Amino acid sequence: MTTSKAVAWEPVTAQALIDDLKSKPGALLPILHAIQDRFSFIPEEAVALIAQSLTLSRAEVHGVISFYHHFRTQQPGRHMVEICRAEACQAQGSRALEAHAKAALGVDYHQTTADRNITLEPVYCLGNCSCGPSIRVGDEIHADVDATRFDELVEGLKTDRVEILL
Amino acid sequence: MTFRIHVPSDTTAKARGADRIARLIEIVAEEHKIDVEVRRNGTRGLYWLETLVEVETDEGRYGFGPVKEGDIESLFAAEFYNGNIEHSLAVGLVEEIPYLKRQERFTFSRLGINDPLSLEDYQAKDGFKGLANAIKLSSQDIVDAVKESGLRGRGGAAFPTGIKWQTVLDVPSPKNQKYIVCNADEGDSGTFADRLVMECDPFMLIEGMIIAGLAVGATQGYIYCRSEYPLAIENLNSAIQTAYDHNLLGADIQGSGKHFDLEVRMGAGAYICGEETSLLESLEGKRGLVRAKPPLPAIVGLFGQPTVVNNVLSLAAVPFILDKGAKAYADVGVGRSRGTLPFQVAGNVKFGGLVELAFGPTLKELMFEFGGGTRSGRPLRAVQVGGPLGAYLPESQWDTPLGYEEFSQKQAVLGHGGIVMFDDTVDMSEQARFSMEFCVAESCGKCTPCRIGSTRGVEVIDRIRAGKNVDANMELLSDLCETMLDGSLCAMGGMTPFPVQSAMQHFTEDFVKNAASATQAKEV
Ligand SMILES: Cc1cc2nc3c(=O)[nH]c(=O)nc-3n(C[C@H](O)[C@H](O)[C@H](O)COP(=O)(O)O)c2cc1C
Ligand code: SF4
Ligand code: FES
Repeated sequence: MTTSKAVAWEPVTAQALIDDLKSKPGALLPILHAIQDRFSFIPEEAVALIAQSLTLSRAEVHGVISFYHHFRTQQPGRHMVEICRAEACQAQGSRALEAHAKAALGVDYHQTTADRNITLEPVYCLGNCSCGPSIRVGDEIHADVDATRFDELVEGLKTDRVEILL
Repeated sequence: MTFRIHVPSDTTAKARGADRIARLIEIVAEEHKIDVEVRRNGTRGLYWLETLVEVETDEGRYGFGPVKEGDIESLFAAEFYNGNIEHSLAVGLVEEIPYLKRQERFTFSRLGINDPLSLEDYQAKDGFKGLANAIKLSSQDIVDAVKESGLRGRGGAAFPTGIKWQTVLDVPSPKNQKYIVCNADEGDSGTFADRLVMECDPFMLIEGMIIAGLAVGATQGYIYCRSEYPLAIENLNSAIQTAYDHNLLGADIQGSGKHFDLEVRMGAGAYICGEETSLLESLEGKRGLVRAKPPLPAIVGLFGQPTVVNNVLSLAAVPFILDKGAKAYADVGVGRSRGTLPFQVAGNVKFGGLVELAFGPTLKELMFEFGGGTRSGRPLRAVQVGGPLGAYLPESQWDTPLGYEEFSQKQAVLGHGGIVMFDDTVDMSEQARFSMEFCVAESCGKCTPCRIGSTRGVEVIDRIRAGKNVDANMELLSDLCETMLDGSLCAMGGMTPFPVQSAMQHFTEDFVKNAASATQAKEV
């Protein structure tokens, strides 16, 4: 479920995604989302294609990408792990969880583990504020995450074992 | 016979294992050869009970929770599917649980009862009745109803919704195009009511937006939803498709000759895009730089056209008002805060969840009578109300009634109704530091007091925390807060001082505690 479904860079696919959306009013964000969803990040080649298709300068497209925390221009690890840093989770022990996660993975925020398996990112609230600390792995959100639970979740991401569908 | 069992499906229930519980119930039922139909409801919003499994009976729904995977066998052994309550997880009839029974669920009347994506369920419980009434009314009549209801914006600023709509109705559109924009950026920590609307009752938001469109003459709506809410986006898209399929969206809605189109747009992880003008910039495909006001978005909004920007909860309150009547809404509340606010009780709380109440009870009642105090069992020490830009309230202020004016008298804000509780292990200087740090991360960068001031704020608090020249640095921090308050274009820079100043004022001991040890260290 949480394994990245992203595929390798493919200019024809990218152009098709852009062409699909470019006539929408305010098309840039939907296009950036579509590209990142497909390729897991927004490569420089995509910036050029987007700029050309929307008759914007590359600098303008870069300006938009860099404004938003969600968009990335570097290939992330196979799994994205986001830890909620916001107040309601702080009140439930997220500061200790953050410290544990960084130590256990040997990375800081915005970094990827040496085996390129996990990229660690901060997030400010996942809307699970009554049952924190909260983390997001791919599109799945997990509640009540302490150090032990975090280690279990990470362990589950290490192996490509076939998940028994329960 | 077939036993019907409901297993919640919102983000928090899933985060606590609801999907696996639902699957396990089906598997074990099959093993035991018991005919069970598992349906997925939203959630009741009683989060400490999730996963709350409900069994339908003639008397109503019996609840069992919090159910973990290991409980399924024993539940079957106790024949829970009969509504048999001989099990330690039995909580009785769900609607009789005091936490739920004592609420006034105007907006959230269907929460956890219906299948979020079933139009049939929605219609069976008053869904689209408000729209049916609105179709028969003139635009002005709809606006008047919303004015009469006393509804004020639930996104934070509490501006009267009817007056905003009147402006948009009255102003001509140069391009003959007006917009309804739903602010679903819900960035405040401690809030999830918007998410609950979108995940658990998405047709209600759709209905509210169509009515808004009829009221002001707008034919296009956008829901700007944060990217942190993937399930909300999925459910909205699915419900919108269903609405199109049933002629509830698009051209000639229900033969009324009215037109309304609706589309979901995804944000990209920027808190500032919850500010309405930043949101409009973002929708236009730009960086989310805050615009100077005036002009108001109501007059020059999306793509330069007249635009209603409303929070999810404001729009979600509209179907009730048009169905049950403006008076029914306005009849409850306190002072100028009319109707209900869905409070969200979060942080270090024993019974966290959604508590929709008429304005008026005190913060204390909410935190103790509903919340049950802290989850850790330690004394409650500080409460942040109204998101990351809201003040921290000490015990002396917990008697404040929950109303907009009542809170602003205390330099506090009710905002979007998020209540974040902290026990006595909290270090308030660390919380103040975080407020500044958050402003550094989320400032749109347009004004210096916000952009640079917050960075200075972090540095000054670090010095205070290290015990360096504490008195002088406390004064510097106060000055910095004043500069941010006075010199910021929007509430990001203009309100970040609220949590900082309240922490300094009410929890001074946490700031000065290292002063002594630092002096001692020097002396040694
Ligand atoms: C920094 C900042 C963040 C905001 N975030 C949100 C938000 O996430 N959701 C929201 O509805 N309003 C938010 N607002 C308030 C909006 O600017 C605006 O007042 C609101 O969307 C108007 O809708 P309402 O009248 O229905 O409340 C924010 C304001 C500021 C200054
Ligand atoms: S106060 Fe901050 S967020 Fe608001 S406009 Fe100024 S720089 Fe941007
Ligand atoms: S504060 Fe962490 S999920 Fe809301």
